Amino acid sequence: MTTPPRPDNLPDGPVDQPAAQAQPVTSPAGGPVDPIGVERRGMFGIEGTGDTTGFGGLIREPWRPPEATRPYGGYFDEVVDALLAIVPELNGQLQVVVDRDELTLHIPRELVAKVARACRDNASLRFELLSSLSGVDYIGTEKRLHAVYQLTSMTYRRRIRLEVSVTVEDPHIPSVTPIYPTADWQERETYDMFGIVFDGHPALTRILMPDDWDGFPQRKDYPLGGIPVQYKGATIPPPDERRVYR
Amino acid sequence: MTDIYSPSRRTTEGPVYTVTGGDWDTVIGGDPIGEERIVLNMGPQHPSTHGVLRIVLELEGETVTDARVVVGYLHTGIEKNTEFRTWTQGVTFLTRADYLSPFFNETAYCLGVEKLLGIEAPPRAQLIRVLMMELNRISSHWVWLATGGMELGALTAMTNGFRARERVLDVFELITGLRMNHAYIRPGGVAQDLPEGAEVKIRELIKDTRTELAGVDKLLRGQAIWVDRLKGVGWIGVEGCLSLGITGPLLRAAGLPWDMRKTEPYLGYETFDFEVPTDDRGDCWSRFVVRVAEMWESLRIVEQVLDRLEPGPTMVDDPKIGWPARLALGPDGMGNSLQHVQKIMNTSMESLIHHFKLVTEGFRVPAGQVYSAVESPRGELGAHVVSDGSTRPYRVHFREPSFINLQATATLSIGGLVADVIASIASIDPVMGGCDR
Repeated sequence: MTTPPRPDNLPDGPVDQPAAQAQPVTSPAGGPVDPIGVERRGMFGIEGTGDTTGFGGLIREPWRPPEATRPYGGYFDEVVDALLAIVPELNGQLQVVVDRDELTLHIPRELVAKVARACRDNASLRFELLSSLSGVDYIGTEKRLHAVYQLTSMTYRRRIRLEVSVTVEDPHIPSVTPIYPTADWQERETYDMFGIVFDGHPALTRILMPDDWDGFPQRKDYPLGGIPVQYKGATIPPPDERRVYR
Repeated sequence: MTDIYSPSRRTTEGPVYTVTGGDWDTVIGGDPIGEERIVLNMGPQHPSTHGVLRIVLELEGETVTDARVVVGYLHTGIEKNTEFRTWTQGVTFLTRADYLSPFFNETAYCLGVEKLLGIEAPPRAQLIRVLMMELNRISSHWVWLATGGMELGALTAMTNGFRARERVLDVFELITGLRMNHAYIRPGGVAQDLPEGAEVKIRELIKDTRTELAGVDKLLRGQAIWVDRLKGVGWIGVEGCLSLGITGPLLRAAGLPWDMRKTEPYLGYETFDFEVPTDDRGDCWSRFVVRVAEMWESLRIVEQVLDRLEPGPTMVDDPKIGWPARLALGPDGMGNSLQHVQKIMNTSMESLIHHFKLVTEGFRVPAGQVYSAVESPRGELGAHVVSDGSTRPYRVHFREPSFINLQATATLSIGGLVADVIASIASIDPVMGGCDR
């Protein structure tokens, strides 16, 4: 795995170029690759200087998975080629990530329905089953809310992952429920937990949390409760504010 | 007519009565059968809804015209909780999701973490995982048979089923120290080796289970009421299953032999000799046939595992990850083995440091995301595991077959009789702990 460049604020440490100033990686399909996740570094996991004091400073920065280069290996090339042929709009908009033998296609949200339909119906793709649909909140990046679709082809025994990212201010993604009815409850859960609004869903309501719940619990900035303890005014801070190893 | 016990009001859909007394005749008037629509709430505390499942049924007489499922009553935030614990501690939470198939939850998650780490559990650990999962499939199916039988009035199926399941749980207790919620399978392997005498106990269990299974089979398969309650009830075909994302026994009962142990083998399942039972009716009866056949097949796999077990390590040989295997089963459950404590306290400072760091801090997992799936007793159980490179999961999502399969409730129930709703739900075999997580 290629390590993305990272800032290092230790005076005697190697001075790397910060990730934010790095040149955008161009995917084979042509478009620039946005930061896709977040990566933590520092504290005891620090590398390079050998500083084990625990005060290495916690850095959380946009993180990019390793760049995928042709050939992707296995059936991945075939799937990407077929998709690009069926949905020509994807050219220049598709970000391909191959990591741990899994193919992830980052697609713009406008094309979700089109890509999903192509994946399901095209004879060379045949992803009949939407195995899983869920969300991830990569806080610290611009389009922090990601919807992740795990597609399974029973015909070819293949799996791919589609990923769509949106901002918190405009968390709208077209629903794939008309294409994969199994997405019904899964989109409701993703809405419930992350606040991603799936446009076109027949009844997008909360499913696991109570109907009148405020906020979206799986977001990373969702406030967590601390436990007030009746002992000389002591309190236990919420889990995300406690002193921890990262 | 005004009745203080049953006031009525007119709505756009006709009169709505709120009945508090028992005077039905005066409420309904002359035509007791009539065009009356009844909305019936079933659950979330109902003995036939498999835990805290709530179904809102719309009835025309005894025919179901609409069914809505309400879930979430057992939501415990397991996925969120794992984000504040180390990778190893995550197992402790996830084992509690689908509490009838804990080993499957643990394995799906651990396979994901291992894929992220780029490691593979040693062969003996993989065999033990297969062994535990197949025993777990049997115990889970026993609960399905027991509760499903009880809901349809076959009380002997319940008592016998729970008795047989308890024997499997005894073996789990012998091996892991707990009947349920084991946290036995850990990233990198399993928490500890099989104790002495486990193999003998498992062979006894196989024998007992065969006897018990044959008995229940004989009791139910030709039983007229059982057959009538199941045959032709709750039909769903392959197309319906695929569009609703339904996997597992429901899909196989509809005729598609999709079993990930065969189609996408993991943990060496491709080397075992077993069949994938299918049936072609797609109704509750087919699901009964398929699940019972699966139990026989699981017994075959367990036997093959026992024949193959060779002594060896049960955790990856990496001291930066492998602490959790240095455990032993004591009289009060699982804990650090005496041997390990002696080593870290007396002879090896390095081991002590490693122990301290691993217990307090945990190990780091390189950033990235994976999806790992196993064939649980209810279908495809997938774990979407995301790491940001720290000692805790960034996000863990479980693709829970109970959650997905319950979407079929309306399809299975609408158009049938209200009594058949019970049979249909029982044949889905949902576990609300898994569904709501």
